[in-house]
Amino acid sequence: MKKIEAIIKPFKLDDVKEALTGAGVIGMTVSEVRGFGRQKGHTEMYRGGEYTVDFLPKIKVEVVVPDERVAKVVELLTAAAKTGSIGDGKVFVASLDDVVRIRTGEHGETAI
Amino acid sequence: MAIVRLVSFVVLLAAFVGASLAFAQTPAPAPPAPAAAAPAPAPPPPSKPDPAGTATGGIADVTAKTAGKPTLDEVADFAGHNRVAINMMWTLIAGFLVMFMQAGFALAETGFTRNKNVAHTMMMNFMVYAIGMTGYWIMGYALHMGGLGAISTMGGTNILDSEFTITLFGKEFGLFGTKGFFLAGPTYDVAIFALFLFQMVFMDTAATIPTGSMAERWKFSSFVVYGFFISMISYPLFANWVWGGGWLSQLGKNFGLGHGHVDFAGSSVVHMVGGVTALAGAMVLGARIGKYNKDGSPNPIPGHNLPMAFLGCFILAFGWFGFNPGSTLAGGDLRIAVIAVNTMLAGAAGAIFAMFYMWIFYGKPDPSMAINGMLAGLVAITAPCAFVSSFWAFVIGAIAGVLVCASVFFVERTMRVDDPVGAISVHGTCGAWGVLSLGLFADGTYGDGFNGVEGTVRGLLYGGGSQFVAQIVGTVTCFVFIFVASYAFFKAYDLAFGMRVSPEAEIEGLDVPEMGGHGYPEIQGPGTLVHGLGHAGAGKPQPVMAGVMAAERGR
Repeated sequence: MKKIEAIIKPFKLDDVKEALTGAGVIGMTVSEVRGFGRQKGHTEMYRGGEYTVDFLPKIKVEVVVPDERVAKVVELLTAAAKTGSIGDGKVFVASLDDVVRIRTGEHGETAI
Repeated sequence: MAIVRLVSFVVLLAAFVGASLAFAQTPAPAPPAPAAAAPAPAPPPPSKPDPAGTATGGIADVTAKTAGKPTLDEVADFAGHNRVAINMMWTLIAGFLVMFMQAGFALAETGFTRNKNVAHTMMMNFMVYAIGMTGYWIMGYALHMGGLGAISTMGGTNILDSEFTITLFGKEFGLFGTKGFFLAGPTYDVAIFALFLFQMVFMDTAATIPTGSMAERWKFSSFVVYGFFISMISYPLFANWVWGGGWLSQLGKNFGLGHGHVDFAGSSVVHMVGGVTALAGAMVLGARIGKYNKDGSPNPIPGHNLPMAFLGCFILAFGWFGFNPGSTLAGGDLRIAVIAVNTMLAGAAGAIFAMFYMWIFYGKPDPSMAINGMLAGLVAITAPCAFVSSFWAFVIGAIAGVLVCASVFFVERTMRVDDPVGAISVHGTCGAWGVLSLGLFADGTYGDGFNGVEGTVRGLLYGGGSQFVAQIVGTVTCFVFIFVASYAFFKAYDLAFGMRVSPEAEIEGLDVPEMGGHGYPEIQGPGTLVHGLGHAGAGKPQPVMAGVMAAERGR
C-alpha cells in the first residue's frame, strides 16, 4: 500500500478526480492548502500598490492505492494535473503501514 | 424562566388593552357630511373604465363647496396646495433615496476593509444613522436651519426665523440658528418636518464619511461620542453658514461676491465636511499596524470584498439622484432634469478617467480606484450640478476622476495618512474641486435670485469672477473651520479617553474585542473549528466557542 499525496493547481481538481476515478480509485480526500515552491509566490496589485502573496492556494489530493497500481495512478494523476507552466505542483508517494475501516474493523488493503 | 415570560406577557397584554380602551374613550371627531352641505348634487362619477388615463381626474376632483363647480378662489387655492404638495412629495422621496445611501456607504466601506473587522465597520455605518439622527433632532437642525426664514417652495411659513448674528464691518454675520430644538413648539409644522428629513439624511451622509478613513482601528465608544459631535455641532454650524442663511451665503448680498458661497447640493457642506473630518480623525488615530514599513513606504492592505464595494458604489450613485435633483426642494422646478443628467454624466466621467489613469500609470484598470473615481465625479458635481451644461459636468467629473487617484497617492505616500477607503480624497479633495468648479463653469442659465442676489449664477468663464472668489472663501472656510474643530475634538478625546483600540485587538480584528463576536463566524470564527456548532443548542455559549473567544481575548 502506498499513500499518494498530490499538491495541484485548484482548477485542475476536476480533471484529476476524473482521471483517478477512471483508474479505479474509489475514494480520496482533498483539502485546500497554501504553500510555495521554487516559484516563491506571486505579486498582486491593489490601489496602485504591489504586494506579494507568499503562500499560493493549492489543492492537496490524498489517495491510498495497492502497490501494484501506484505507477499507473501516479502517471494518470501527473498527466491530468499538468499544464506545463510553473506552479503545477508535486506528487509525493509514501509507504503506508496499515489502513482501518472504522465501521467494520477491517485492516490492510481490504479496508481501502 | 417560563413563568417569568408568562407573567411579563400578561402584563404587556394588560397594558395594551388598557391603552386601547383609553384611546377608545376619547370622542372621535364627527365625520363631515358633505352631502348635506352641498346645495347642488355632484355630477355622477364616470361609469366607464379609463384604460388610457386621459379622462381620470377633472374638475370634479377639485375640492369645492359646490362639487364640480369650483370658484376661481377655490381653483387657485387648489393649485397652490398642489404646487406645495408636488414640491414636498419630491423633497421627501428624494430624501428617502438619500437615506438609502447609508447602505451604499456601509457596503463600500466594509468591502474595502478586512474580514476581521466587518462587524465593527458595518456597526459604525449602521449606528451613525441612528446616533446622527438623534443628535440632529436634539440640536443640530436648530443650529443649522433655525434662522432659515420661509421655505419658499413648501408654503413659505416663516417660522424658522431666529438666527444668532454678530456685526462685523457694518454687516450682519449669521452664525447659527436658535429655533427648532427637538422639532418642538412652533416648529411642529409639515414643511419644517419635510425639510428636517431631507437635511437629516444629508447630515448623516457627512457623518458616515469619516468611519471609512478611520476604519479598522477606531474604538467604538469613541465613534459613538463623535456621532453626536458632528451631528450636533460641527456639521450644523458650517451648514448654517451656507444653507441656513448664515454669513457665507450672504457674501453676495453683503460684499458683492457673486451669489455668496453657492453649494447647490453639498460638495462642501456635506462631502468636504465629511472628508476634512475624515482627515483630522485619521491623523489623530494614526496608520493601521502594518500599513507603513520602517522606511515609510506604504503596504497595500486589500479590502476583503470587492463585489460588496461595487454594490455600495451603485447604491450611492442611485441615491445621488435624490441628493442632487432633490436639492431643488421643488418637484415643480423642472431644472431637475438637467441636474439629474449632469449628476450621472459626472459620475461616469469620474469612473472612466480613474480607470484609465490607473491602467496607464499602474498597468491595470484597478477596480477599487474606479469605484473611488465614480464617487469622486459624483461628489464634484454635487455643488455645480444645477448651474452647468452637460459638457462641463463631464469635464468636472473627468477631472475629479484623475484628481482622486492623485490625491489617494498624495495622502498615502506623501502625507502618510492611512485612509483604507479613500474617503479623504473622494469627499475632501473632490468636494473642494466641486465648489471651485462651480465658480469656473456656472453658465448663467439658472439661479436667478439665488441667496437673495439678482441675476443668474455665473462662473469665471462666463463673466462671474466674483463668484469664483466667493467659492474660494467658502472652500477655505470649510477646510479651516472643520479641520480645526474636528482635530481639536479628536485630539482632546484621544488624550482624555483614547480613540484607538489596543494593538492586540487591532491585530486580531476588531470584531471580537469590540463587538463581541465575528462578523463572519463561519469563515474566521469558532464555527470553522467544529462544523455545524450552531446546531448543538441555543442558550448558553458552547464550551468550544467560549474557549476560542476567551483565548482570542486573552492573547
